[in-house]
Amino acid sequence: MPDLGLEVLFKGKNMIRLLGGLWVAVKISLISVVISIPLGILLGIIMTRKNPVIKVVTRIYLEFIRIMPQLVLLFLVFFGTTRALRWNLSGELSSVIVFAAWGTAEMGDLVRGALISIPKHQYESSAALALSPAQTYIYIIIPQTVRRLIPLSINLITRMIKTTSLILMIGVVEVLKVAQQIIEANRMSSPNAAFGMYLTVLIMYFLICWPISMLAKYLEKRWR
Amino acid sequence: MAESLLTIEHLTKKFDENVVLDDLSFTVKQGEVIVVVGSSGCGKSTLLRCINALEPIQSGKVKLSDEEIIYGSKTLAKQRQQIGMVFQSYDLFPHLNVLDNISLAPVKVQKRNKSEVREEAMELLKRVGLEDKAMSYPRQLSGGQKQRVAIVRALCMHPVLLLFDEVTAALDPEMVREVLDVMLGLAQQGRTMIIVTHEMQFARAIADRILFIDKGKIVEDTDPDTFFEHPSTERAKQFLNIFNFERSK
Repeated sequence: MPDLGLEVLFKGKNMIRLLGGLWVAVKISLISVVISIPLGILLGIIMTRKNPVIKVVTRIYLEFIRIMPQLVLLFLVFFGTTRALRWNLSGELSSVIVFAAWGTAEMGDLVRGALISIPKHQYESSAALALSPAQTYIYIIIPQTVRRLIPLSINLITRMIKTTSLILMIGVVEVLKVAQQIIEANRMSSPNAAFGMYLTVLIMYFLICWPISMLAKYLEKRWR
Repeated sequence: MAESLLTIEHLTKKFDENVVLDDLSFTVKQGEVIVVVGSSGCGKSTLLRCINALEPIQSGKVKLSDEEIIYGSKTLAKQRQQIGMVFQSYDLFPHLNVLDNISLAPVKVQKRNKSEVREEAMELLKRVGLEDKAMSYPRQLSGGQKQRVAIVRALCMHPVLLLFDEVTAALDPEMVREVLDVMLGLAQQGRTMIIVTHEMQFARAIADRILFIDKGKIVEDTDPDTFFEHPSTERAKQFLNIFNFERSK
């Protein structure tokens, strides 16, 4: 059995420190998701408007955010604004800004897709039953949209959690950074710690994301 | 002489410059079953959609018991409650079970007592042989079952007029019968109905009157026996010939 360096995990408060780092990552994703969902719903509704100006502006925003690597956006917000605009944003705040902007774009596109995927017939048969437009939205369109949306937006949450592994690059001490610190600190006593620590981080991400994606799968099946 | 329930006067409907319905006039009497036939694209479905104002019309009038039905008007909701419509593609609400599909509009629109509505819905479901499907979701039903639920959903609003828009066109042949039987039953109860269909034998069996529409105009308006045995226009003869096959050997 090769030495995987797992014993480092049980030295001092290492495990607690790792969990603390994981919490930072999850916290940033959760805050971003909470901001993204209402903004994304709003953006999605706006995107279904026929106004060409709105269409172009929202499209550009969406494509820009999607095409840019998240790391470049993080650098732009964290380092770029410091000199150019004299803003002194913390790493965590910069991360939330970037993730919320990204989440809003993705969520907006999901909402737009869900809204336009409701067949025209659903509106018509509601009208034929004398439901008012408001009643049609409340009882027919919104419930169906939400059902299509929830599994997709849960997947977005897991993507966000995974992508928080980038924020160590702007100095946020999240789980991956904590792991690196522990590896550094134990370089002499446990030179193999890198494997054990990164493996632990991997398992931690998995334990967070797997139940979430199982939930998405379950809801998708149930509401098909 | 039964009084007329629906009056259509000089109805014209255009999609842009394309005239789909050209100056149509006819009346439907209380208790009458009208079957509208014609080749695809002749405007039959559009006619039904104009009657309950799912489509705006360019000129003419549609009157239900002497009150004009106007696209987008305030009185429309009230009038639509009196007109039940069943579509080709069933259009049940996929997120609601059968019972909720049926009771949603009576409860929310007509503000009727929920348990009474559900009781009535169960009664109607029993009549179409689907009482054991009340708690099922539309995706668990066959096409024919969905269409029977859609008919019950329309009936539960207590409409005075029923519109059927090619309700069997999307069904497998063996399911067509179960839906048509329900409609025959409604005709026997004396319901006023306007039916668009391609099932010619059914049309002949159920209709009091046949309207043959060609290129947006009513070409024949007559009783079924006359229409099928002695059509007076060349166009109707051609149309009926589509359904006849000569022996090839």
